[in-house]
Amino acid sequence: MENMVEHLAQERSLEWREALRKSIKSKDRTSLERIDMPEADPVERAKGHIEVNQGLSVQMAVEESRRCLDCPDPTCIQGCPVSINIPKFIKYIEKKDFAGAARSLKETNALPAVCGRVCPQEIQCEASCFYTLKLKTPPVAIGHLERFAADWERKSGNMFIPEVAPANGIKVAVVGSGPSGLAVAGDLVRLGYAITVFEALHEPGGVLKYGIPEFRLPNEIVDVEIDNLKKMGVEFLTNFVVGKTATIQELKEEGYQAFFAGSGAGLPNFMHIPGENANGIMSSNEYLTRVNLMNAAHDDYDTPVLLGKNVAVIGGGNTAMDSVRTAKRLGAERAMIVYRRTLEEMPARNEEIKHAQEEGIEFLNLNNPVEYFADKNGRVNRIRLQKMELGEPDASGRKKPVPIEGSEYELEADLVIVSVGVSPNPLIPQSIPGLKVSRWGTIVVDEKEMQSSVPELFAGGDIVRGGATVILAMGDGRHAAAGIDRYLKKKNRSAS
Amino acid sequence: MNKIISIEHLSENVVKLSIEAPRIAKKRKAGHFVIVKIGEKGERIPLTISSSDPEKGTITLVVQRVGVTSHKIANLHVGDSVTDVVGPLGLTTHIEKFGTVLCAGGGVGTAPLLPIVEAMHKAGNRVITVLAARNKELIILEEEIGGFSDEVVIMTDDGSYGRQGLVTHGMEEIIQREKVDFAVIIGPAIMMKFSSMLTQKYNIPTVASLNAIMVDGTGMCGACRVSVGGATKFVCVDGPEFDAHEVNFDELLTRLGGFKDEEFKAYQTFLETLKKEVT
Ligand SMILES: Cc1cc2nc3c(=O)[nH]c(=O)nc-3n(C[C@H](O)[C@H](O)[C@H](O)COP(=O)(O)OP(=O)(O)OC[C@H]3O[C@@H](n4cnc5c(N)ncnc54)[C@H](O)[C@@H]3O)c2cc1C
Ligand code: SF4
Ligand code: FES
Repeated sequence: MENMVEHLAQERSLEWREALRKSIKSKDRTSLERIDMPEADPVERAKGHIEVNQGLSVQMAVEESRRCLDCPDPTCIQGCPVSINIPKFIKYIEKKDFAGAARSLKETNALPAVCGRVCPQEIQCEASCFYTLKLKTPPVAIGHLERFAADWERKSGNMFIPEVAPANGIKVAVVGSGPSGLAVAGDLVRLGYAITVFEALHEPGGVLKYGIPEFRLPNEIVDVEIDNLKKMGVEFLTNFVVGKTATIQELKEEGYQAFFAGSGAGLPNFMHIPGENANGIMSSNEYLTRVNLMNAAHDDYDTPVLLGKNVAVIGGGNTAMDSVRTAKRLGAERAMIVYRRTLEEMPARNEEIKHAQEEGIEFLNLNNPVEYFADKNGRVNRIRLQKMELGEPDASGRKKPVPIEGSEYELEADLVIVSVGVSPNPLIPQSIPGLKVSRWGTIVVDEKEMQSSVPELFAGGDIVRGGATVILAMGDGRHAAAGIDRYLKKKNRSAS
Repeated sequence: MNKIISIEHLSENVVKLSIEAPRIAKKRKAGHFVIVKIGEKGERIPLTISSSDPEKGTITLVVQRVGVTSHKIANLHVGDSVTDVVGPLGLTTHIEKFGTVLCAGGGVGTAPLLPIVEAMHKAGNRVITVLAARNKELIILEEEIGGFSDEVVIMTDDGSYGRQGLVTHGMEEIIQREKVDFAVIIGPAIMMKFSSMLTQKYNIPTVASLNAIMVDGTGMCGACRVSVGGATKFVCVDGPEFDAHEVNFDELLTRLGGFKDEEFKAYQTFLETLKKEVT
């Protein structure tokens, strides 16, 4: 920690940073208004799958970057789960060295174009920005600037591809190609390891590809990152379920010396209420996978998807918001969120809730489904809902929803998307004898090295945390990469 | 990309294809299935592995033309490739020496039944197999099944081959004739429903292999959920085989029709485009 503070101070004292700081008075900086992200028109965008946030222009980005005070004690960094050197990259933007901004982001964040789009900045870096904390005015748009720098670099056609150390011939297997797996692969390939990423689906990318929709995170952005990893020498083996196609033990026999499990929280939860297995009721994973990964809404793709006139999405997280907004885009007349608490407690990002509201999504808060009914063909047609009220805070600190007796009523719905959380995918844990898992089925690791009870197996992301975030998964991946490197160095030293 | 090594048309609408998949060939056991996808724009569908050759690194799949994807598969040629094949998925069949095992296969259900018949036979069971289909055309793999069965009974709806009657008739005769210790039933959901009711009547422990709609096949989506003993299970990871007497077949039947309209429309469009290509 001491080191990091010193390092930050050192970088801050560089001549160009000092010069920039002096070029505009702090008072003039703080009097600038936060630049709004240009957004596609709500009516237009709800008809298609175009990205909602259009990205800042060069001029907007530079202007926004001027608001940042380059604080001596940059509290924003403490709010960032991976401690990105935020003022540094923002000052590069102010200096109009956008490539420099992108490069400095990549020192800590393997996927800035992704994180700039999907991180909950409003509860992380931006929540602890000087503006938010001290001035009580809108924070520097750190997320929008992060996205700007990463997009600028990608569009320049000249992406910085880190140098790769000479090959050391040591094989490491990465299981799962979500953000945690991609981060491990990127860091270890740079150090000269021979990396194979095993992915169960036919395309790499994890939730970034099959879950988060185009209108929030275009697949192309993830593909570029994957291509860069390929250019650096990472091998991707799709259609490979570790634990089934081959076990960790078998891969060990094939020469892999260390493993990273980044297999995500793939198992969708259901509520186990009567009628839940009717047709037209599915998990958000199924719905989003059909639409995002399988392109089901396009006529020339073979995968079908059910369309609904009255679509109810159960839940209040990002996944629920993504599902309901997708349903709207696929032509639903009523696209509704059914959530048992209030807007206040909703775990979805503020931005997603705001966008959903603009697009005409209805919010049935303080409502909980208790039963589903189906027509004679077995297709859901009605939900029985119960009204809720908020009681005392529960273990999570959120007020606990309590059912109101006798408040049940029925709502028409011909498509229901259940989005009430996910559990860790048990495939990997089940296939490794002796692996320590928690009560919830997550893999237990030591927090620093990300090492599991099986010494050669490291893990991170949702398989360790349960459903978490892209940035935490990415950060875990980076820690695990460092842990794996230390483990292999030590092991191979004692072997020689 | 998995290359097709051989194709055999078992009947007009049923093909048997052997494809390159060395890792799967090595690992797979009775009960396992794969998910395949044809072409970049294809859908993912589950197919049970009917047999494999670990030396040659091939697996055998049997496919009946029923919709877009199975039609595409049936039209493939030797040397073509299946775009994506992933597996082996699901849990393996529980094999032990039960005594006398009655196996019943309906239509293409005979294909996934084959490895189970083989394994039951090798475990020292007396194996009696009933193969049933609408007509002679649709009775498949009789010879292969015969190789591992002590007796094979053929039933056809129209009497064009074997004896006329439903699968349950053939099964009941055997049950009444001798003591059956265990039963395995695989076929269309409706066939499994009635076969299961039959063995329940006689208190014979029975497993059925369920053919649910799937997407990923790894427990990620829940498309394949079924009710077994009142609890929701995922066929792809908890199955595909379950205690037949606990399975809610009516729900399975309904769920199998979940995309009927969409599938029908897609198949009609697909057949139209095929026609256009020919003319
Ligand atoms: C719809 C949706 C919206 C979200 N929105 C946000 C958001 O706005 N912001 C945010 O920060 N987070 C969001 N999240 C959460 C975030 O996406 C996850 O926390 C993150 O992706 C977890 O990364 P991961 O690397 O652990 O695994 P995943 O991204 O879950 O990837 C795991 C990969 O491993 C593969 N796999 C699993 N088992 C095996 C196996 N045995 N062998 C081979 N491969 C295997 C899977 O197929 C998958 O591709 C969202 C999640 C969803 C579902
Ligand atoms: S706290 Fe806000 S103003 Fe200060 S350095 Fe960070 S982003 Fe800039
Ligand atoms: S097919 Fe998706 S969970 Fe079984």
